[in-house]
Amino acid sequence: MLKRNRGSQLLASILVNAIYAMINYPIVLISTLLAPFSLLIVITFVSHGTLLPVAIAGALIMTMIAAGTSMQQDLSHLKNDFKLQDMIISSPTSAVTYLVGMALSEIVYSIPALVVLVILGAIYISTTAIGYLAIAAVLGIMFVFAVSLGFLLSTLTSDVVQSWAFAGIVSTILSALPPVYYPITYIPLPYQYLAYLSPATYAAEIIQNIIGLTAFSGTTILADWIVIIAVATAVSYIAIKKARWREN
Amino acid sequence: MKVLSCNNISKSYERGKYALKDVKFSIPAKGIFALIGRNGAGKTTLIRILSTQLLPTSGRATIDGIDVTRQENRLREIIACVPQEARAIGWLTARQFIVSYLMWRGFSGSEANKRAVAAAKKLRIEHYLDKQNQKLSGGTKRKVLVATVMASEAEILFLDEPTTGLDPISRDELWGTLMTLKKDHFVFLTTHYLEEAERLADKIGILDGGRLKALGTLDELRKKVKYPYCVKILSDVKIEKPKVGEIVKGVDGHYQIVTTEHEANRISRKLISKEVRFSMSPLTLDDIFYYIVKKPIEEENYAEEESR
Repeated sequence: MLKRNRGSQLLASILVNAIYAMINYPIVLISTLLAPFSLLIVITFVSHGTLLPVAIAGALIMTMIAAGTSMQQDLSHLKNDFKLQDMIISSPTSAVTYLVGMALSEIVYSIPALVVLVILGAIYISTTAIGYLAIAAVLGIMFVFAVSLGFLLSTLTSDVVQSWAFAGIVSTILSALPPVYYPITYIPLPYQYLAYLSPATYAAEIIQNIIGLTAFSGTTILADWIVIIAVATAVSYIAIKKARWREN
Repeated sequence: MKVLSCNNISKSYERGKYALKDVKFSIPAKGIFALIGRNGAGKTTLIRILSTQLLPTSGRATIDGIDVTRQENRLREIIACVPQEARAIGWLTARQFIVSYLMWRGFSGSEANKRAVAAAKKLRIEHYLDKQNQKLSGGTKRKVLVATVMASEAEILFLDEPTTGLDPISRDELWGTLMTLKKDHFVFLTTHYLEEAERLADKIGILDGGRLKALGTLDELRKKVKYPYCVKILSDVKIEKPKVGEIVKGVDGHYQIVTTEHEANRISRKLISKEVRFSMSPLTLDDIFYYIVKKPIEEENYAEEESR
């Protein structure tokens, strides 16, 4: 029996969904580079530069969340328009290998934007080494949450139009509601409760506290960590258990 | 010898409505097996169950003793499938698509590339390897898909309507490819082109309304029909009941008489004297199909299954 190379299995997803797309259509590089900067620029100008550090952190969070939304649409496209998922199911590639490979492909796809944001972060965000690690951990958790949600939704859709609808809803909940580019205190009180429906709000609170923009209590920040870890774990578990890989 | 065995496989998408009902057969897993049937007959459902994409509602299927439902990961080591309506990803070149699929199966990049080139040469599409799939003709796109699974190590290939939508020349070329494939693979294909099954298949299964109506070689299927000859009436005339034989309505609405050679000759003489256009021949798979299913194949009766 063929000894299968797990690295190759992961690399296949990265090639198809990121590298080949960038090689065959270099315009993709410019598009992915610009994507997180629109709100960052607006917030920076409107705040006369005072919110630049938090806007950079917000753009990093949104890049992680966008990876999940993009993954859902990419997987739906490959599944419904090319029947790729069915070809993969009838092969030795497991659902988890396919999911992890595709998730990594979204990171690779976002590399141009991430590189610029990390450089900007290193210049404008000042914190301790532990602070940087904590920011990286928050971003990692948000990425796991977003791609798991994206994978779950992609397996449930039977048409790209349906996938666009899911993406619109998820994008509104995860991008429009949470105050990732500015402090939650900028939102009038009754609406703050709405913002807390999104896990991105908790992630933003942690990062804004690390940057020093807000001063939430230790208990609040601990609760924020618990919420994002719990949500990411639950969504990942549901994605692995409930995603429709082999149909019933 | 490897055997593909289905034991009372049923599949219901809605309570009380069956896409497959108690399908039971056993065939050697070698050569080409063609499953024919009208749209909605249950072909795609069966191929999706056997290639581990879909769970049956009840029943058991095994391939070389490996249970399709319970040992799917073992089975996936030796199978590959080109689903109905599959397309090689448009923004990739043919080489990138084949290499990626092989890497998904666990080949290293260099080995995958070697295999991709070898498969492309076999199918005579090596000149298209570095062209984007979206720029290829329909026939070449299909060949890229077949080359993709052919380049893998899979011994069993499931091809769901591999030639649908192709022009006659492309179809003929792909048939040549499939004949090459069967030398070292077991190919399980579905089709509603009876000519395709007749030309390619070592064994043929006829599925209708989710039930397996007949199974065997073309000769074995011929024996299932009582009479070996067919007279097709091409003119729009009223015909008499034959002394021996049966009348079946053909695909174009014309009648055909399935009968003995002697009776076919007698009817022919009579039709010539009446200047009625007709043809007479030994039974083809089309005739057998109409006889068994008793309905023309193009009569659309889409079931939900085919759109899945």
